[in-house]
Amino acid sequence: MLAEFGYGVLVVTFLLALYSVGAAIFGYVNKSAALVESARRSMLLTFPLLTVAALSLILLLVRGDFNVQFVYEVTSRSMPTYLKITAWWGGQAGSLLFWSWLMSAFASAATLRKWDRDQEFLPWVIVVANVTLAFFLALNILFENPFARLYQTFDGNIAAYTFAPANSTPITPADGRGLNPLLRHPGMIIHPPMLYLGFVAYVIPFAFAIAALVTGRTDDRWIRVTRRWSLWAWLFLSFGLVLGGRWAYDVLGWGGYWGWDPVEIAAFMPWLTGTAFLHSVMIQEKRGMLKQWNMVLIILTYALVIFGTFLTRSGVLSSVHAFAQSAIGPSFFVFIGVTFVTSIGLLIHRWADLKAEAEMKSMLSREALFLLNNLLFMSVLVVSFWGVIFPLISELFTGQKVTVGPPFYERANSPLFAALMFLMAIAPLSAWGHSTVQTLGRAIWKPAIAAAAITVVTFFTYTQNWIALIGFFLVALVVLVTLYEFWRGARARQKTQGENFFSALAHLTGKNRRRYGGYIIHISMMLMAIGILGIELFQTETQGTIQVGESLRLQGYELVYRDIAQWDDRSTNVNYTRAVMEVYKNDQLVTKLHPRTDYYYEAQQNMTIPGVRSTMADDVYVLLVDWEPASAIGATFKLYINPLVNWLWVGSLLFLVGVIIAAWPEKDPERATVRATRSARQTSAAD
Amino acid sequence: MTETTETPARRGVPLWAQIVIWIGLLGLLLMVGVTLNKRQQGTVQPGDAIPDFTLPLFSGYEYAGKPEVKLSDFRGKVVVINFWASWCKPCEQEAAELQEAWALYEPTGQVIFLGADYVDTEPEARVYLQKYGITFPNGPDMGTRISQLFRIQGVPETYFVDKTGVLRYVQVGPFSSLGQIQAQIELLLAE
Amino acid sequence: MKHTLRFTFFVLLLVLAGLLANPVSAQDGQPPTDDDVNQVAKELYCPVCENVPLDVCATQACAQWRDLIRLKLSQGETESQIKQYFVENYGARVLNEPPREGLNWLAYLVPPVIILIGAGFLVRALRMMKKPVVAAPVKGPSVEAPADDYVARLEEEVKKQK
Repeated sequence: MLAEFGYGVLVVTFLLALYSVGAAIFGYVNKSAALVESARRSMLLTFPLLTVAALSLILLLVRGDFNVQFVYEVTSRSMPTYLKITAWWGGQAGSLLFWSWLMSAFASAATLRKWDRDQEFLPWVIVVANVTLAFFLALNILFENPFARLYQTFDGNIAAYTFAPANSTPITPADGRGLNPLLRHPGMIIHPPMLYLGFVAYVIPFAFAIAALVTGRTDDRWIRVTRRWSLWAWLFLSFGLVLGGRWAYDVLGWGGYWGWDPVEIAAFMPWLTGTAFLHSVMIQEKRGMLKQWNMVLIILTYALVIFGTFLTRSGVLSSVHAFAQSAIGPSFFVFIGVTFVTSIGLLIHRWADLKAEAEMKSMLSREALFLLNNLLFMSVLVVSFWGVIFPLISELFTGQKVTVGPPFYERANSPLFAALMFLMAIAPLSAWGHSTVQTLGRAIWKPAIAAAAITVVTFFTYTQNWIALIGFFLVALVVLVTLYEFWRGARARQKTQGENFFSALAHLTGKNRRRYGGYIIHISMMLMAIGILGIELFQTETQGTIQVGESLRLQGYELVYRDIAQWDDRSTNVNYTRAVMEVYKNDQLVTKLHPRTDYYYEAQQNMTIPGVRSTMADDVYVLLVDWEPASAIGATFKLYINPLVNWLWVGSLLFLVGVIIAAWPEKDPERATVRATRSARQTSAAD
Repeated sequence: MTETTETPARRGVPLWAQIVIWIGLLGLLLMVGVTLNKRQQGTVQPGDAIPDFTLPLFSGYEYAGKPEVKLSDFRGKVVVINFWASWCKPCEQEAAELQEAWALYEPTGQVIFLGADYVDTEPEARVYLQKYGITFPNGPDMGTRISQLFRIQGVPETYFVDKTGVLRYVQVGPFSSLGQIQAQIELLLAE
Repeated sequence: MKHTLRFTFFVLLLVLAGLLANPVSAQDGQPPTDDDVNQVAKELYCPVCENVPLDVCATQACAQWRDLIRLKLSQGETESQIKQYFVENYGARVLNEPPREGLNWLAYLVPPVIILIGAGFLVRALRMMKKPVVAAPVKGPSVEAPADDYVARLEEEVKKQK
């Protein structure tokens, strides 16, 4: 009964979302505040409804109701309860519901704000959010019903049906198939929700942008309202990407974290436009320029979110990450077509209204550098997009399937990333409106000399690889320039306010959170860059089949194979094969590592878990590739030394700190005053 | 914020740019749409005419001494094309039955079996063929061209082409019995 | 002159050493190691596990491919010969990049062209935005006192933030 109830709730929510769209449009056209308010309230109601539907599904998952197809596919009796809950987003149908649930949560949060200053936006924000929501709900209702039950029809076939077909009997398997073992890793439990949070959160700025386009209120109000939204969206998306990398590093046994897989790129592309957007909105806020461009960027971001979701879920691309082929493809395609055409049409229609309010005074001004930054991000986007799409073109026109792999992306993107790093170094030193070579030069020469000194030291002590040296020079330059900025700011405050250095630093950051949070993000990116340079340029590997007592050697490390054991864990239905390896450096025992392979009986799938010893200098990463209990050949191990990769994870933690500082809500005194003066305009909607 | 200047002319998007944008967008959508359509189609369907293809044959598995065969060589015969691979577990379930069926129909001269070895290595493929005592013509699907022609979704898959070169039946997954194979062939032979 | 000669000789020696060492340990009669096999496999993709490089793919099909690479290495084939064999047998998609021929050139040419067009637009936009400013800015920067200007700017920006 619970399954039918859950499905019913989904249908009701879907109808409510449609009503909300209709009421909002009708209310806008007829200037009926009451109708718009009704639309707003319906939107708010979708969240509790979807929560109820989600709880029904969770209950089914936890109870192990294997009559329900989704429960059968993603859980099994032996799974712990927390995994049964997170299995919610472990399959296509459930993760679509998860998407919808997040979407309605965010849309509700956005509509709960005070609307007095932007009453005209409200109906259109509701329309955009609810059209998106209704679409995802429709996918659940029509094609991927998480509540469908298994029935055996009269001809003996077993299949899932939303409604019991005639002459059929319900089938309840004794046990489920269990969650894909790859998805049981903690990183994978948080990685998809983080990505979805990022994806969904970008719908809100997009909704406001469309509202601004429709209503013709093309000042920067929409940007100010959604500033924090886009920052949080960006945070979630970035963190989702990093967690995905960590998951790949820990579970996939590639020895790496990023493989330029089309599905990875699908999540990376909205991040690129989102990052460009974060920078270019600052120009619009500060200088009233680039209004058109910001619209382009937010529309692109939304489009890429939807397009990426489509690519991974429709079966157009095949990849390790992709969901199984599914019936949602065509309707998703239509939705993409409609949203793309509508937003671009609207943008072209309003193009002339989005003219700049100020002029550029210098090619070296901060806004000019920001534009260059945008160009570089868009270039990375072009390369990535083309790489993903080209195999389709090739197959279509020549019938030849091709792979576009890492060398393609790395060759094209490395110089672009280097240029971005260079911009990161000089942009903080440039001024809004004007800058000259002289002013820039005066600001940069000290950090530049220090960075060059660091590079020379690196040359003699660490590496002679010139690409690495360029990379390390840029990292050092950016970090030094950014620290120099902190120092300059704090010193200035120290002089004028008479504070001591550290409280000056704290006040400086507190008073201008976005700027200094942004600088912290820059530094964190550089730490990550160290990790990326390390693993990309200095990774070494060796593989060998050895007997107990023998060893593998690489980069001054010696790994001695001591023991291996194999046993079944009856409670979780997993067979473990675990080797013991001693790690020696300079003949000193450093640690013991335990690479293993886990065989999941239910899923009939192997998982290779590396043994990793991590330091800031390098990671010793060893995989148990092959071992047969019966054979006397020994065991095969693959050993990677991944220099500096730990900096990537440390950097991502600092990154989190930076974004939280930048996005932390601050009191908005402006809002209070404006609200007072405009109270006359308040309508019933603001109650 | 301070230096606001009025630009006199309202400049929209120039026509040529609009045209470029719309063509680009439609082109992209069209391409993705066609690909999606292709993916959704699944394998080629009964009733479709199969374009001619050439299958090179492993030595020892030639047809009438020829190192390669064309589909069009077999007009007037019923052609059974089986896609398999030595790494494919389900293929092993049907290997013996296929060979039995071949032994049954080879003397009639009205039926030809072709084994297309999908993404496989020759040494392993030979071990597999020997293990199941397979004697009908077999060869590698060079460059996965033939499997792309049939849009196979996996291995094993078996395609029955009638005497006029039209696809009549598709078996996705292994056969469960010799009778299943016979039934399809008899149907086509009776025409 | 002498110096360059010596340098050339040195380079020649290096090249020669490289040539001798290259056909991966086949000449010296040693069987190819796992590392030799992975070296080749790293740059190949097996259609059975799409988008996962051959050296780390765990499926049976990929294990067979690696065995084949080992066999061919032991027969003295070079890396490019082996790749060529795989392309002929399994199609161009086994390579980690589209081969540079025919329509595939689009893969390499389109991104730079679009980026260049984008750069062109950027330059044009900057030119258009950068019209001569008639009146000198009131609170213009005095180049002589950058530190004070910096403080003023900082304070001003902090104020604007509020």
